[in-house]
Amino acid sequence: MGDIVKIATRESYGNALAELGKVNPNVVVLDADLAGATKTSTFKKAFPDRHIDCGIAEANMTGIAAGLSTCGKIPFVSSFAMFAAGRNFEQVRNSIGYPHLNVKIGATHAGITVGEDGASHQCLEDIALMRTIPGMTVIVPSDDIEAKAAVFAAAETEGPFYMRFGRAAVPVINDNPDYKFEVGKAVVLKDGTDMVIFACGVCVAEALGAAEKLAADGINAAVVNIHTIKPIDKDTVLEFAKKTNRVFTVEEHSVIGGMGSAVCDVLAEEYPVKVTKIGVYDRFGKSGPAGALMKEFQLDAEGIYNQIKAKI
Amino acid sequence: MNNKELQITATKVRKGIVEAVHSAKSGHPGGSLSAADMFTFLYFEEMNIDPKNPKDPNRDRFVLSKGHTAPGLYSTLANRGFFPVEDLKTLRKLGSYLQGHPCMTETPGVDMSTGSLGQGVSAAVGMALAAKLNGDSYRVYALTGDGEIQEGQIWEAFMFAGAKGIDNLTVVIDNNGLQIDGKIDDVCSPYPIDKKLEAFNFNTICIDGHDFDQIRDAFAKAKECKGKPTAIIMKTTKGKGVSYMENQAGWHGKAPSDEEYEQAMKELDEQLAKYEAEV
Ligand SMILES: Cc1ncc(C[n+]2csc(CCOP(=O)(O)OP(=O)(O)O)c2C)c(N)n1
Ligand SMILES: [Mg+2]
Repeated sequence: MGDIVKIATRESYGNALAELGKVNPNVVVLDADLAGATKTSTFKKAFPDRHIDCGIAEANMTGIAAGLSTCGKIPFVSSFAMFAAGRNFEQVRNSIGYPHLNVKIGATHAGITVGEDGASHQCLEDIALMRTIPGMTVIVPSDDIEAKAAVFAAAETEGPFYMRFGRAAVPVINDNPDYKFEVGKAVVLKDGTDMVIFACGVCVAEALGAAEKLAADGINAAVVNIHTIKPIDKDTVLEFAKKTNRVFTVEEHSVIGGMGSAVCDVLAEEYPVKVTKIGVYDRFGKSGPAGALMKEFQLDAEGIYNQIKAKI
Repeated sequence: MNNKELQITATKVRKGIVEAVHSAKSGHPGGSLSAADMFTFLYFEEMNIDPKNPKDPNRDRFVLSKGHTAPGLYSTLANRGFFPVEDLKTLRKLGSYLQGHPCMTETPGVDMSTGSLGQGVSAAVGMALAAKLNGDSYRVYALTGDGEIQEGQIWEAFMFAGAKGIDNLTVVIDNNGLQIDGKIDDVCSPYPIDKKLEAFNFNTICIDGHDFDQIRDAFAKAKECKGKPTAIIMKTTKGKGVSYMENQAGWHGKAPSDEEYEQAMKELDEQLAKYEAEV
């Protein structure tokens, strides 16, 4: 894997914001004492007057963003996923979701790849929380290219967005001329007939790796990147469920309420088929290096492969 | 312990902090070092605790509301005998009972799981309230950061404690003047901290957090005060004891390199030798 470029999607978030700032004067970025970690410092450098450090007060920051958006600004609210979605859930629900305001939440440091900070900072519940809010668009980009595209799409689309970014560097997998980002449209990365693996975020590259290992065993798995959890791409989910009749979902999130559950919601109603949700099984994370944790939680390519093999 | 012994112990606590963070290659030295004298006084002088019986129902409680400074708490607990000092090197490693942020189900001596800023004081209020409800005589201590008090929940807890006269609670605010993004008064000033707390019905004491006479005196006054919770606002130096870390926001959450580690340990060893020579 020597020459594969790796970039953390939080970097992509900061870089995209700095580019967006040039073309859209209404974009403002709010931060809660984490400018360096969330990479909003990149935007701050370019546009110091449009970067608002609210201090360690995430709930207040969320309310300020709601107010700014009612007056024509496009606020990007930034913090760790644990606080942006977790601590702020009710503020997001009532001050942003209910009035359907044009606020974009950029949540970094999601999932176990937070690493050494440990369970208190490893949010495994944010997709579940955010997708229950009516009108909220939920995006979990898989790499640098997708993350940047998501930021631009969020700015161009009216309404509340939740974007989930990671701390650890992930391989760039969408660097090809055919790639096109569209909110609500899944990306087919590998066709297949024996099973489909729906993945999102850091798990997309790992799912591709797992599919390679399965291929070596003669199993032809399709890999589909569900970057938009809400609104979910029903057509593509159904198409691949029908084509393969065996569904796996993989995410760096609790198996309760996340992308896998969103896929199950579609399939239970329209095409009941066997689904195995791979993710974090109703437990907290812990301290350790990101890579070692992905291995321990069986979310790296090898772990995903082993979990799938155990189920077929 | 007399002041000299406290200084020697606090320097050992500082060495443990540097050791742990260096070994973990991540973690938060700045705010651990600024509070090292306070941690030391609490666990070696002030609090009624027994390392051999960390769950004693009658023990005093401590809540590290600024949970990122876990290395400070862990080093103090280790030096006090709750677990081996040697284990500090496992900080933040896979499988270690020394998690990146305090976890009460993993670590002996940790009274509350923290890490999400702004929540610890509320838990401390709950512990103090339980003592009142049960007629118990233990006291409860909480340590917050000066950036942390930007969180609204902190003031909800202060308002409750002041309104209900929770006088078995002492909150220490580590006023090192820095948070991650820079100086607290540049980011979002919480000043004047003392006047705000007085208005919330606190017995408010301002001290130098590196002066053991003043620390001792403050806790004595806290115990004497009836009908009000006490807040000790201690002026400190972030990174205290390691020259290149002192007053540098950049050392909030960063581990020293091997070279920097050697220098830090050399400086702390020199301080230790000086204090020991003075005994
Ligand atoms: C709710 C919440 N928001 C953000 C963070 C990330 N964070 C960790 S430490 C810190 C700065 C704390 O500054 P301060 O309270 O002054 O601590 P000290 O200077 O004593 O280290 C921040 C923002 C967090 N842990 N919890
Ligand atoms: Mg501080």
